Amino acid sequence: MPVKRRVKDLNLLQKLYIPEIAKGMALTLKNMFRPNVTLQYPEVKFEPPDSYRGRPVLVQENNGVERCVACGLCSRVCPALAIEVQASETELDKERYPVKFEINMLRCIFCGFCEEVCPEEAIVMSKDYELVFKNRDDAIFGKEKLLVQVEKLRDRLEFLRKFK
Amino acid sequence: MNIWEIIIISLIKIVIVVIAMLLTVAYLVYFERKISAWVQNRVGPNRVGWLGLLQPFADVFKLLLKEDIVPTAANKPLHTLAPFIALFVAFSTYAIIPIGPPIELFGYKINLYMADVNIGILYVLALTSLGVYGITFAGWSSGSKYSLLGGIRSSAQMISYEVSMGFSIAGVILLSQSLSPVKIVESQYGWMWNAILQPIGFITFVVSAFAETNRLPFDLPEAEPELVGGYHTEYSSFKFAGFFLAEYANMIIASAMIVTLYLGGWQVPYIEKLGLSSTITTIIQIASYFIKSAAILFFFIWVRWSIPRFRYDQLMNIGWKIMFPLSLLNIIWVAFLIMILSL
Repeated sequence: MPVKRRVKDLNLLQKLYIPEIAKGMALTLKNMFRPNVTLQYPEVKFEPPDSYRGRPVLVQENNGVERCVACGLCSRVCPALAIEVQASETELDKERYPVKFEINMLRCIFCGFCEEVCPEEAIVMSKDYELVFKNRDDAIFGKEKLLVQVEKLRDRLEFLRKFK
Repeated sequence: MNIWEIIIISLIKIVIVVIAMLLTVAYLVYFERKISAWVQNRVGPNRVGWLGLLQPFADVFKLLLKEDIVPTAANKPLHTLAPFIALFVAFSTYAIIPIGPPIELFGYKINLYMADVNIGILYVLALTSLGVYGITFAGWSSGSKYSLLGGIRSSAQMISYEVSMGFSIAGVILLSQSLSPVKIVESQYGWMWNAILQPIGFITFVVSAFAETNRLPFDLPEAEPELVGGYHTEYSSFKFAGFFLAEYANMIIASAMIVTLYLGGWQVPYIEKLGLSSTITTIIQIASYFIKSAAILFFFIWVRWSIPRFRYDQLMNIGWKIMFPLSLLNIIWVAFLIMILSL
């Protein structure tokens, strides 16, 4: 029974091996002249797309008041137990506001559950990915470090309206 | 020229060659990283100094500051001696290679090679065989099974490819009728470079040069997924730097041999027809030697990043069953050429 010729058997020119080597080396040479894809960080920083889950931030309206009503849903849903909220009364229409809002960035896993569950669109995942601390106490972000103007978060809020 | 002048000129040549070899080896590491980066669409080292040109100094500095670890089961004298044998072989082979025609400088007639040994090629073959000892000592004296296996495989590979290398060199010697590299270069005038006259010999010599220097596609003894580091696993700090530099120095030697034996050394075809002044001709010829050498080194690096590595049995198969008969065929072809050329 003669051996059937399979597709993966090499023909004679391929068995000589040197033409195949030459073809491979031509490909490598061609690649040397293509542009490189390296990003020269830190001179050029990576701009993440709108769906990127960076550091969670609190939305601050134009009049300086945060949107958060301190319902505590984000704190309950957080899988890493990183959020701590303390509510209190206020004279504004929303009637509740967080007097203490802390996220422990060392526990946060950037999952985005807090953003999904929030009924007021008050906490969103920004595009910030550069977090550096020098000691453990610096890593617990209070309200002043978490508040970001709503103008800067427009694209994330747009993304949330369209897709989530 | 009296004896003092000869000694001083030789000492100056030795100092120049040693410093040039050390710098070239360091920068060859830099160019390997840069060229491998370009092949892979990235940039390579560009942070240390302008365009990353001070990177080799950073590398050597880092290697020198590491802790020198010697395993307990190691044979200390041989363990320390092995990298120095490899380095010695690599540096002393450069003594016989001519980089240009004899020049006149300050009234002294200086030959651009360190020693015109009548049996220069035999000297090179002897030194490469001595280089096998460096690797064998490294593998055995490390006291570890994997180093031993790597050392044995590497020395067997080097010995097998020395056979076909020797026969290819025999083809060159038959045509140029001399073992001295100076005369071999002088015999390749005009278009009659040995690479064109003996293509089979050229191919076998280049493949054997890859195998002798343990370079991809023949680098199984030092491939990381196979044997961790092979024969240089148990080395750290300065001795590892010694092996590292010895591998690149061997590459430089292999490319120098290829250029001298097959690509005409410093000869530029038909340059005397241009009628330029003798200084400019000499400068062009010396430059052509370095350009050819650099092109062959680029070829070494280019092949490394293009071809997968051979398995050990495939390697030995090629060495004994394909390269050896091809180099014998080369001798028959050279005999035929001598018959034609002398008619």
